[in-house]
Amino acid sequence: MSNPQQLRYSKEHEWLSAAEDGVSTVGITEHAANALGDVVYAQLPEVGDTVTAGESCGELESTKSVSDLYSPVDGEVTEINEDVANDPSLVNSAPFEGGWLFKVKLSGEPEDLLSADEYTAFTAG
Amino acid sequence: MSEPRRTALDATHRALGATMTDFAGWDMPLRYGSERDEHVAVRTRAGLFDLSHMGEITVTGPQAADLLDYALVGNIGSVKPGRARYTMICQEDGGILDDLIVYRLADQEYMVVANASNAQTVLDALTARQAGFDAAVRDDRDAYALLAVQGPESPGILKSLTDADLDGLKYYAGLPGTVAGVEALIARTGYTGEDGFELFVRPADAVALWEALTEAGKDAGLVPCGLSCRDTLRLEAGMPLYGNELSTSLTPFDAGLGRVVKFEKPGNEGRFVGRDALAAAAERAEQNPPRKLVGLIAEGRRVPRAGYPVVDAEGTAIGTVTSGAPSPTLGKPVAMAYVDAAHAEPGTKGVAVDIRGKHEPYEVVALPFYKREK
Repeated sequence: MSNPQQLRYSKEHEWLSAAEDGVSTVGITEHAANALGDVVYAQLPEVGDTVTAGESCGELESTKSVSDLYSPVDGEVTEINEDVANDPSLVNSAPFEGGWLFKVKLSGEPEDLLSADEYTAFTAG
Repeated sequence: MSEPRRTALDATHRALGATMTDFAGWDMPLRYGSERDEHVAVRTRAGLFDLSHMGEITVTGPQAADLLDYALVGNIGSVKPGRARYTMICQEDGGILDDLIVYRLADQEYMVVANASNAQTVLDALTARQAGFDAAVRDDRDAYALLAVQGPESPGILKSLTDADLDGLKYYAGLPGTVAGVEALIARTGYTGEDGFELFVRPADAVALWEALTEAGKDAGLVPCGLSCRDTLRLEAGMPLYGNELSTSLTPFDAGLGRVVKFEKPGNEGRFVGRDALAAAAERAEQNPPRKLVGLIAEGRRVPRAGYPVVDAEGTAIGTVTSGAPSPTLGKPVAMAYVDAAHAEPGTKGVAVDIRGKHEPYEVVALPFYKREK
């Protein structure tokens, strides 16, 4: 699997897109989606919620387990992916594209995120 | 921790890209792709499983039946050669040591199949209980690999590979035969709620048989299946899993499976390990039932997990979830749970599961969640 070069990554396996007008998109990586197995329910944050880097802002339920969803950055949620809310399997089938989770208006600079190559090395270890 | 054991099919699983998991000391396939797709394949077409972690113990001798009647709770002497029986082995206090399938291979030969996690316990208990019987207990865990073909297409797939009389092979029966040139004990058993077969073969033959079944099942849509879907399949079928629904702190009566205990058996003047405690448990279950094992179906989408509390409308704990998962067939989360008898009737109002602090409403139903049409 390859991690898109234009994204940055958290050690909790979220990805963050480059900001456009101060807004970035957040999702989980293919590595995380594969580890979870079939995602059956995504409890996403709500529009207007304040999220904090490294803190839980939702949950992803799979057949075998439930995992916290962590925000990779500080900010305010501006949009959630209704398609994923309706069909959580998008997280498995297209984690870097149609399976994105929410958009966030950044309130600070993202810190401690990894490049694609660093994240690839991190998950290989 | 020692290294996990690997089955004879280990390289096959890796070549198929399986996600592996440690299960009872074995490195087993959890899933190959989507566990939900694997589940649906077994319900609608066919799935192929490696179950070589299961523990086979052979009991032979003139008093093999008497030994098993004494050591287990069922009437094993009444099982005819070529047939199988679901049964349990209990402690003296009635607590369940394991649930088992016992195949009577011949008049004086039985194969006991134990859960991987309990195989040593069962072997030790049978060996200890063997004293005084003219029978031998043999550890055959390494003598067999076990492959299962499960699902509605499984009879057709297997028929293309064997001359054995599958039409004459009833549910819970087994016969020796040849499948794809491999000597096998062919059993019509499973743990999925579907028609299907379990094939006990020499480990050296496992890869050849797996490949032959894969090839024979290609057109019928057979796919390799891991333990993850095996768990959701058995949960939908309302089948208990040792360690979840069954434990040494429960008797078969507590688990709603008192029917497996036979007090009227001819061997050993009716004596068997756990008899007195089980008689008391039977009475208790009749007169003053403790918790009952029930099915729960979610109204929402959050999934209950083993250990989550079941609560009533006031939020008071009334039970505990033992197994829970999203049910691919129902399209909703389901669970098995031990619930106070007062709340165990199907349709009881106000029952919820405490899912990480939130009380999610659940419907109480009778088990199983799924029953195949015959």
